[in-house]
Amino acid sequence: MSRHATRWVAYASPPNLYRLAGRLVPWFATSAGLLLALGVFLGLFVAPTDFQQGDVYRVLFLHVPASWLGMWLYLLLGFYAALGWIFKARSSSMMAAALAVTGAMFTGLSLATGSLWGRPAWGTWWVWDARTTSTLIPLFLYVGFITLQSAIDDPRRTDRAGAVIAVVGLVNVPIIYFSVQWWNTLHQGATIRVAGETTMPGSMLTPMLIMVAGCWVYAIAVVLVRLRQLIHRRESIDGGLHGS
Amino acid sequence: MTVLSQAGLIRWLVWRDVTLAWRRRSDLAGALVFFVLVVTLFPLSVGPDTRLLRSIAPGIVWVAALLASMLCLGRLFADDFADGSLEQLVLSPQPISVIVLAKVFAQWLVSVVPLLIAAPLIGLQFGLPRGMPMVLTASLALGTPVVLLVGAIGAALTLGLRGASTLTSLLVMPLYVPTLVFGTSTVQATLSGLPLGADLRLLAATFVVALVLGPWAAAAAVRISLE
Repeated sequence: MSRHATRWVAYASPPNLYRLAGRLVPWFATSAGLLLALGVFLGLFVAPTDFQQGDVYRVLFLHVPASWLGMWLYLLLGFYAALGWIFKARSSSMMAAALAVTGAMFTGLSLATGSLWGRPAWGTWWVWDARTTSTLIPLFLYVGFITLQSAIDDPRRTDRAGAVIAVVGLVNVPIIYFSVQWWNTLHQGATIRVAGETTMPGSMLTPMLIMVAGCWVYAIAVVLVRLRQLIHRRESIDGGLHGS
Repeated sequence: MTVLSQAGLIRWLVWRDVTLAWRRRSDLAGALVFFVLVVTLFPLSVGPDTRLLRSIAPGIVWVAALLASMLCLGRLFADDFADGSLEQLVLSPQPISVIVLAKVFAQWLVSVVPLLIAAPLIGLQFGLPRGMPMVLTASLALGTPVVLLVGAIGAALTLGLRGASTLTSLLVMPLYVPTLVFGTSTVQATLSGLPLGADLRLLAATFVVALVLGPWAAAAAVRISLE
């Protein structure tokens, strides 16, 4: 048990993590390519046309994974940032920094695809409804985190300042979600209802789940690549990584 | 040398910051003038239609008050940081969160309270019905401390960085969403004849959460920035 534990903790050391990430990246990248290709194929050519929305609904195959990932990656970011702050673990802090850009990308993608979908489906590019708004605010949280980290030169301060704002953001996210819901019920002007709970046939659900999996492994691959770059940049200053 | 108790430290710091602000009165009026100016720009931009103005008044006054309160975030720690007195303060045996709390309170007294006094007048300008200006002021009185308490975290994190004030607003503005929503909905609910309770309580809850967690997070941020 304890030997097992020490073996895992060993990966908290940046040089070890650098090598581990280097070994994992090709696997994740390849499976991301395969899953995304399969998902796109099934989604565009195999899944049936929706009888109400026509072919437009196929945006869903990118929109849903992007929305999920945008949200999950922020939770992960907060988790790693807190871990790095509490245990003074550089690797965790670098992981948080590596997650930020990918998370922001998926959140932006979710808003963009949602907007592209909204135009033909509801006749408008943008609706100030609860879901759209509560996707927009986390995008600002991501941007704040990234901007703060890039404004600081000292790596230690970068990590810890980023952790503070990430954790404060994380505590706030549920409150923001609730307040946006509250705000939305208060201003019940719009009649558009975002897709009620409908059961999705398997021929549509399968490609979507494959796309979700594909986006996840893609995110992991990209985050690990970025993590390696971060480690490389920082540790080469310290001179700790040579010979690996 | 005597060691100040927590209450003593708070009292001394508030007195010191208020005195310092009083000696630079031009800074002091800044937030108030900004608030009045921003609010004045709205009728000029959307037109003088009384009904429209009345319906958007809570939102306008709230956003203007929020931005005006954010103006003083730059001054919250930056001056003390620049002349080194922040480092001396942090050396005191009392927790840093107490220092943060005292500084936020002092800043609120000197910059935001004038704005609260002006708010009912602005409410009259926008044709809010009787009693409404007081509701507006009450919601602002509960909400503006949240702006400063949460803003203190951003101000402390960006100490000594280039473009600190822009960065601070970027960091904290998304966090103001609940305060703004509950604050404006307090006024709007009353405007549409609903009882005052729910929204004001949510705003009060936001205030309590910010009061408990804000100084603690800001203290951590101060410690990080001073290292």
